[in-house]
Amino acid sequence: MENTNAIKPVNPAVKVIRNLWENSGMLVIFILLFIILSIFVPYFFTWRNMIGLGLSVSMVGMVACTMLFCLASGDFDLSVENIVAFSGVTAAVVINATGSIFIGVLAGVLGGGLIGIINGTIIAKAGINALITTLGMAQIVRGMAFIVSGGSAVGITNMAFFNLGNGQFLGMPNPIWITIICFVVFGVLLNNTSYGKNTLAMGGNMEATRLAGVAVDKIKIMIFTIQGMMAGFAGVVLASRMTSGQPNTSIGFSLDVISACVLGGVSLSGGVAPIQGAIVGVLIMGTVQNAMNLMNIPTFYQYVVRGVILLIAVLIDRFKQTNTKN
Amino acid sequence: MTAYLEFKSVSKQFPGVKALDDVTFSVQSGEVHGLIGENGAGKSTLLKILSGAYFPSEGAVYINSQAMDFQGTKDALDAGVAIIYQELNLVPEMTVAENLLLGHFPRKKSGFIDFKTMKEIASKELSYILEEIDPDQKIKNLSIGQRQMIEIAKALLHNADIIAFDEPTSSLSDKETIRLFEIIKNLQKAGKAIIYVSHRMEEIFKICNTVTVFRDGKKIETFTDMSKVDHDILVSRMVGRDIKDVYSYRQREQGQTVLEVKDLMGPGLAKPASFSLKKGEILGFFGLVGAGRSELMRLIYGAEKHSGGAFYLDEEQMKINSPRSAIEKGMFFCPEDRKDEGIIPIRSVNENINISVRRHSMKAGLFLDKKKERETTDSFISKLQIKTPNRDKDVGSLSGGNQQKVILARWLAEDVKILIMDEPTRGIDVGTKNEIYQLMYQLTEEGKSIICVSSDLPEVMGVSDRLIVMRDGEIVTSFERDEFSEETILSKALPDKAEN
Repeated sequence: MENTNAIKPVNPAVKVIRNLWENSGMLVIFILLFIILSIFVPYFFTWRNMIGLGLSVSMVGMVACTMLFCLASGDFDLSVENIVAFSGVTAAVVINATGSIFIGVLAGVLGGGLIGIINGTIIAKAGINALITTLGMAQIVRGMAFIVSGGSAVGITNMAFFNLGNGQFLGMPNPIWITIICFVVFGVLLNNTSYGKNTLAMGGNMEATRLAGVAVDKIKIMIFTIQGMMAGFAGVVLASRMTSGQPNTSIGFSLDVISACVLGGVSLSGGVAPIQGAIVGVLIMGTVQNAMNLMNIPTFYQYVVRGVILLIAVLIDRFKQTNTKN
Repeated sequence: MTAYLEFKSVSKQFPGVKALDDVTFSVQSGEVHGLIGENGAGKSTLLKILSGAYFPSEGAVYINSQAMDFQGTKDALDAGVAIIYQELNLVPEMTVAENLLLGHFPRKKSGFIDFKTMKEIASKELSYILEEIDPDQKIKNLSIGQRQMIEIAKALLHNADIIAFDEPTSSLSDKETIRLFEIIKNLQKAGKAIIYVSHRMEEIFKICNTVTVFRDGKKIETFTDMSKVDHDILVSRMVGRDIKDVYSYRQREQGQTVLEVKDLMGPGLAKPASFSLKKGEILGFFGLVGAGRSELMRLIYGAEKHSGGAFYLDEEQMKINSPRSAIEKGMFFCPEDRKDEGIIPIRSVNENINISVRRHSMKAGLFLDKKKERETTDSFISKLQIKTPNRDKDVGSLSGGNQQKVILARWLAEDVKILIMDEPTRGIDVGTKNEIYQLMYQLTEEGKSIICVSSDLPEVMGVSDRLIVMRDGEIVTSFERDEFSEETILSKALPDKAEN
């Protein structure tokens, strides 16, 4: 059977599509989804809506960049949503206290980084499971966010700070630019540096990587630290967009980020983490949400639809894998 | 007496390989039938067909003169076939009784598990095998040997009439081995048909009535009278040529001491270990399972932290506290367990080879030099004749021998001074073995030194210039090549009779 397949001349166009489907099936699905929505959903394919879509996925996109490294190394981080809240509040409080935007942003990012270092150190040095560590840390950090803010939103008085999240460059809002830059930077880090390659190797076989002379503990701590800083930065951007630091924001955000990565074909057991997959995963999630809003689908149903999409995507992927094996 | 189990013209074709080629042989009730052959000779394929995991491409398995049509392992189990694998299929956190009856828990009328009956059945079954085990004990608290006995009990509980053992003694202590042999003898008396797969020739002679030799997927010969065969005959049938070919040792120049280990202590060692390694030397380490060979190597490589002692490289003291520090000194390690500690199976050949050496070729201290990495990989693929479709293939899909070559390439890309090879040819076919030995001679001729650790005595004797024997976590003695004798080395490696 294999032989007859090989002899039969294959239409080059079919070949290209088959290749694309096998290597980046989710990208194909996204393109089809996008075309269908553009045709059938009014207002979907308008510049205004595209900008809105971009803005809505920017937060998930930024954090997905670093979550990708976490997943690639075989771990994950459930504390990012709380770091977002904590750093946003911290930035707000510090800006109000010092009057300096720079110090405020720095405090938010470094605060997130500090939490990341603690996460990474506990996971790498004490060998505690990432699920428990980051779940515990999530509680602590959410509590800290409430403590720092005194339990309610912290309004920011320095208007210049709002530029970060609401300003535009070449007609596109800043958060979208930031997300694009993040994907480029972390894509290069993942594929073109030993930091990225070692991360993937760790997810593929931790002990073998250690015996190959890679400082695995150091890299693990680095992954979580950068993850914390990125979540902190995302929190600062969010605070800027909302013009205040909100201690109870972004609940469920960590799982949104992980879902988006998995949707794009990132393996939960580590070692496989295509950055283009993460991008497509983020876009599919955001596009579906956006279209449902345009179609006025009630929120309750939106949850159901998002869950169903995630499961279908993972099932398609598994189906593809078992097919290629046979 | 009629044959209870028969293989009639069984073949198994995989894409590109014929793993079994027209194999016909039979096992009687009350017979212990030994199967021997090199790795890749077809023994495991045969067991997999018997277990229902593989379906034969041609021919069939007959039990009691009835052709079997196993669609899966459950069908084989129902037909009374049990296979005791090297890797045991027990749930460590569950009790002995629960493991024995897993999938067949007795239930009360209410639907809840009837623990009392379960325990009774388990105790009864255990009483045939190993009385001293408490059925409420958790599996994780048992020794490997005891676990193996539990597997046998499980097989008996399912009324197995055909029991196949796959290398059962590889992780057993001597005492446990004796116990296992007693049990096999009892099973034989009870009229079970038994298949016994082992590399250990002396075991075959001890307990088998019949032995069949396999080579390259074919049955070579069945010997029904064990008094008419000896070790040499079996080996020549297994290898198909003179065994001395495999090692083809060559005399080489040796220089001054490169590495000196003094009073090294750490986990797995009973007494401080001291030894030295000369430039251009292949130093063999031999010992039985649990002698502390691999533990000592892991300490030298820094994979495990040592608690005392010192290292001298070219007479200069050095600190080794991590694999990385060993690597920086030019000392590299090919681990015993390639799959879990050597390769990164889901990553490509290219990445597996470059994982260490790439730190010397970073652009601007940060970016990978992908072109150079590809060149490195390609040069090693051709130099070591690594059989892979391309450099981007995942290493996990290559054969054991090629995986070992990838690990070797990873280190040879570096500036090697000392190479530690733990079980360098485990699970590798004869042809590749020979290539690896040749490479070892070649490397030492270039002035590198090699420590070769093996539990395969003919291998360490075949390639080493000098041999250190370990026993119970300490270095016992060492031999120069002209003093090598299988008997004296083994007698040093075996625990003292008085202690048993």
